[in-house]
Amino acid sequence: VSELTMVEGLNLGLRQAMAQDDRVVVLGEDVAQTGGVFRVTAGLLKEFGAERVVDTPLAEAGIVGAAIGMAVYGLLPVVEIQFDVFVYPGFEQIVVHAARYAWRTKGEVPSSIVVRIPFGGGVRAPELHSDSPEALFAHVPGLKVVCPTTPRDARDMMLAAIEDPDPVIFMEPKRIYRAGRQEVPEELPFDLGNGRKERKELLSKARVARDGDDLTIITYGPTVPLCLKAAERLAEERSVEACVIDLRSLYPLDVDAIVAAASRCHRALIVHEAPRMSGIGAEVSSVIHERAMLDLEAPAMRVTGFDVPFPQFANEDDYLPSVDRILLGARKVLDF
Amino acid sequence: MADSESGFLRIIGDGADVPDGAVPDGLGDKDLLELFRWLVLLRTFDLRAVALQRQGRIGTYALYWGEEGTQAGALYACEDADWVFPSYRQNAIGILRGVPAATVLAWWRGYGGEYGFYNPREHRVGPICVPIATHLPHAVGLAWAAKIRRDRLASLSWFGDGATSEGDFHEAMNFASVLKVPTVFFCVNNQWAISTPLHKQMATKTISEKAAAYAIPGVRVDGFDPLACWKATRDALDHARAGDGPTLIEAFCYRIMAHGTADDPRLYRDESETEKWKALEPVGRMSAFLHRLGVLDDDKEAAVRDEAKTTMAQAVTDMESIEQPDQSILFEHVYATGSPWTFTEGLEELRAVERPPAVKPIGPQPTSRGTGEHDLPPEPPQETT
Repeated sequence: VSELTMVEGLNLGLRQAMAQDDRVVVLGEDVAQTGGVFRVTAGLLKEFGAERVVDTPLAEAGIVGAAIGMAVYGLLPVVEIQFDVFVYPGFEQIVVHAARYAWRTKGEVPSSIVVRIPFGGGVRAPELHSDSPEALFAHVPGLKVVCPTTPRDARDMMLAAIEDPDPVIFMEPKRIYRAGRQEVPEELPFDLGNGRKERKELLSKARVARDGDDLTIITYGPTVPLCLKAAERLAEERSVEACVIDLRSLYPLDVDAIVAAASRCHRALIVHEAPRMSGIGAEVSSVIHERAMLDLEAPAMRVTGFDVPFPQFANEDDYLPSVDRILLGARKVLDF
Repeated sequence: MADSESGFLRIIGDGADVPDGAVPDGLGDKDLLELFRWLVLLRTFDLRAVALQRQGRIGTYALYWGEEGTQAGALYACEDADWVFPSYRQNAIGILRGVPAATVLAWWRGYGGEYGFYNPREHRVGPICVPIATHLPHAVGLAWAAKIRRDRLASLSWFGDGATSEGDFHEAMNFASVLKVPTVFFCVNNQWAISTPLHKQMATKTISEKAAAYAIPGVRVDGFDPLACWKATRDALDHARAGDGPTLIEAFCYRIMAHGTADDPRLYRDESETEKWKALEPVGRMSAFLHRLGVLDDDKEAAVRDEAKTTMAQAVTDMESIEQPDQSILFEHVYATGSPWTFTEGLEELRAVERPPAVKPIGPQPTSRGTGEHDLPPEPPQETT
């Protein structure tokens, strides 16, 4: 057991998967020699060699497309997209091919790739390094979209994503890459190659980050720690105990967990950093209203990024959902 | 013209073993001095920006120390009506076309809107392109449009060696060659795409040879030689204006500095290798050449450098006089006409809570492999002359 950051948890997951299964390969821009711009793949080149840890040419369509081909042959490629915005040249490969390979091969040849995407703002990055494109992928049938928030989940979900035969878009909230440490046991959460049940759990079930019965706050990724802070403030200031649900899986959504929490608390708030329009929050809100309406005391509301291009970083704190904005949203739901 | 290898254009020698070539036709003494002034201004901007980043006064910055010749040389070959499309490595090119240096600095400080962006039409300079190679089709489209409208202007785009791996590069080259578009593809081959060296980026020995696939001229020049960059660009523009279509220029040089201020090249390359390229850097080289020609003397050079320092000092003052932009900047100019209701509601939501404290422009710092240490990359070299 050691205390790891999310970056280290991801690194451990990759290392363990590569050690267990020589079909796992890692490719991307600057992933080998430097271990990635965020150092998620640090040390892998030394341990597993240049054939399995590859600094590719600078071409995201090529990287994703080649990974698809490798997967057809039976390898298990894990692709790193350097920053959120840089995934767009690879979008066609993901949407048109990775997402449809299983369907077009009668289920015989799913596209077993993992596309890792460090995403989101809050790190004072230059223009076009801070997007949250997860909803674009969640909209595409055939993809699984997940987002770990804790170091432990980062490791376990990485293993599950590699194990999963379907293409997994693995969203990594870069703002909390090094935000905190958590104990991550060395033991694997399941035997690779034999983790059907655990894999499903890790890639489709939400996590209760905080218990409570008065309000459910449903969120994922970089806004999870903010929602936990807001929940503490609600407890102190209003004696409201909020339940915080960390979705972990954005597609498929854990509909049971969402509905159960909303029904129990009678009030729901949804928080994410991505723009509001057609975001994950819209879908969660629909699920709640479709399936728990009679249990609600108030409509579910959303606190999200705005429907604008991610701003230059001097104004990014204005864009990002803050604890204060989450509390404002919570008050609207509580005082409805 | 000195031609040290076959097909490799170099004009400025080293004052010793490598002889100087003749100053190309079309460049008088005044031009040489003006080009030198441009080089010094770009250099001064870059040094100042790195210092500002180190001091936490701007965010992450992509430095270009050593590549000034590829920028000023190419731009000086353009006519005023010609359009240029920079990548982030040519982030300051606009200051040679009337964009205030304070605007570019403000962009790096994290300001948008009227503070950090400029009007491309006003300066015939495309917006600084952050993704790789995606601006090349724009340069093609613009020059194609000019051709359709019977205007005699051309366009030029800068990009790096890594960009030639992207599909957009090949699509742009193909469009331009098929449609005989008056554009110049100016590739700054500094041999490094962050940590990826040229031989991992491509199997070809040169970049210029990729032109053959599109049946257009491919030219290779010394990227540390501003006059070679000028000459190759001028020839390419003449070719374009004659209706003969695009040219691919490969300006061969070396990325002497880190990729950006958050990058530490010691993780992936032998920095003693880097040392040997420094002697070729364009500002000192151009200065020495002009001294040999008798066009420049110490006094004139000091005046040029002082002027650049004054310009940049003023730019820093102007940049720092900008107040933290109001929250409403988030919703400005997203659409050319009007704002959807979501913007009104968004701003109301922002106004309903206390504003977060102003952002300090301290971005990610370089992180050593595994250790989590925060090392700074090597400081930029001091002026060589």
